Amino acid sequence: MASAPTTARSRPSTYPVWFFLPAAIIYGALFLAPTFASLYFSLTRWTLFNSVFIGFENFAQFFREPFLIKGLINTVLYAVVTSTLKVVIGMGLALLLTSNIIARGYLRSVVFFPVLVSTVGVGITFTVLMHPTNGMINQGLALMGIKGPGWLTDPNLALFSVALVDVWKGVGLATVIYIAGLVAIPRDYYEAARIDGATSWQNFWHVTLPLSRPATATVITLSFIGGLRTFDLIWAMTKGGPGFASDTVASVIYKQYQAGFYGLSTAGNVVLFILIGILVVPLTMFLNRKQGHE
Amino acid sequence: MKQRTSIIGGLAAIAGSFFVFVVPFIFIILMAFKDKPQSGLRDFSWPQGFHLWDNLVQVVTTRNWMMITAFINSALITVISVTALVVLAAMVGFVLARRKTRLNGLIEFLILAGLMIPPAVVPTIWLLQGLKLFGTLHGMILIEIAYNLPFSIILYRAFVATIPRDLDEAAIIDGARPLDVFFRIILPMLWPVTVTNIVVQSVGIFNDFTNPLYYLPGNQNATVQLTLYNFQSQFNTAYNLLFTNILLITIPPLIVFLFFNRQIVAGMTAGAVKG
Repeated sequence: MASAPTTARSRPSTYPVWFFLPAAIIYGALFLAPTFASLYFSLTRWTLFNSVFIGFENFAQFFREPFLIKGLINTVLYAVVTSTLKVVIGMGLALLLTSNIIARGYLRSVVFFPVLVSTVGVGITFTVLMHPTNGMINQGLALMGIKGPGWLTDPNLALFSVALVDVWKGVGLATVIYIAGLVAIPRDYYEAARIDGATSWQNFWHVTLPLSRPATATVITLSFIGGLRTFDLIWAMTKGGPGFASDTVASVIYKQYQAGFYGLSTAGNVVLFILIGILVVPLTMFLNRKQGHE
Repeated sequence: MKQRTSIIGGLAAIAGSFFVFVVPFIFIILMAFKDKPQSGLRDFSWPQGFHLWDNLVQVVTTRNWMMITAFINSALITVISVTALVVLAAMVGFVLARRKTRLNGLIEFLILAGLMIPPAVVPTIWLLQGLKLFGTLHGMILIEIAYNLPFSIILYRAFVATIPRDLDEAAIIDGARPLDVFFRIILPMLWPVTVTNIVVQSVGIFNDFTNPLYYLPGNQNATVQLTLYNFQSQFNTAYNLLFTNILLITIPPLIVFLFFNRQIVAGMTAGAVKG
């Protein structure tokens, strides 16, 4: 990498800078330009044909309407719940699948396959499975004498039910990331710990967990960002309902767009953008900081 | 003793994973075999009679063969955007890994931004309308390219860094023209990561629901994910058809999974170990 930069410069055409150009044009025109434009349009009342500058009125409305604030809180809640569960369950499954267990290939496949399936298909399927009376989950619980809750009809539960389905669909990805991380830990550490007489819990706490930190960082970052942006699963399962109980910023953006409030919808985009910025940037800095002496 | 506990643990894991991860898929298949009255019960029961074929015919022919249109649209969007992604991202990844320019810092920032920031929906629609691309397959393809470039570039850049630079220099000394270095020497060597890219991005774009919902409205432009709404209505959902539809759109990812399991996992875990 450090080989003299002058040689690279004396025959620049081996690594032509114009190679950036086609990608840059598409990315700049269709991603960057709208992102910058959103900063202006979020300050307007907008019909797509003309826009009236109204200052921060859209944002004020965003923080005045209870159902919009609800969406904001739900978004953070959803991201925290899904990423925490994915870390814990993903780590557990990865430990299981790297241990000396039978049918590892089968287990790995069934855990991972939902990652590849259509989110909307999964959402519709679980909406049926979670039906309060006809759904298979509650019928199964009834067999055990438990009265299942109204997973998607109870306003206090709907968001968490969707989050559970999100975990069901996404935990396979967390698991394979953890497996890659666990396999990369040199055996010597466990050997040394064994000689020191470490229990398996100490093994996990002092060797596995600190050394799989890059995997943890990846899982948290990916699922946290994914959780904040989530739209398709919520739309397929509850459409933000009952009422506004499971609305997130992304579903609010869609609803305001459908209703023709383009300025407000765009303000939602900017809010989501800021939310991701203030939560994810410090989070990744914290997760990727130089490790102290463990 | 240890052997036995691991077998018991294994059996418990198999049983647990079966209930949690396999049963929902069995449910989808059973529903696809039922007729409308039985599927309306939405219970986990054995189908009375074999109705899969009737359901399939109905799903495919509904709304003037919308399903076929949707599969063609999705296939076109997926194939064209993934092809473009591969070439464009490889070009960027190659130069980004090889050449230290003042642009590098900016480009890396833009890549990270692209991975994190959700696209601004309405301004994008406004822009697409201005470019006469709104509601067209071309527009949709360009959108998929723009949104998925950052991930592909990261994969390529990491892989190019593992190819020795001597190779480019040897080729130049042998008289290869600069463009040949990339298109004839480097690009073929990137094949493993290209396969990963193709598989991961194809699944993602084929399964994309949100972007076609926003940027590709209209029945004529339906993609497979949007066909699911054909059979859902507030009062009279045809569950047998709905689940046949789900089954149908699950088949392409299943095929990809069976053949490219390893590449998918490689692509999705890239960078997780190094950090």
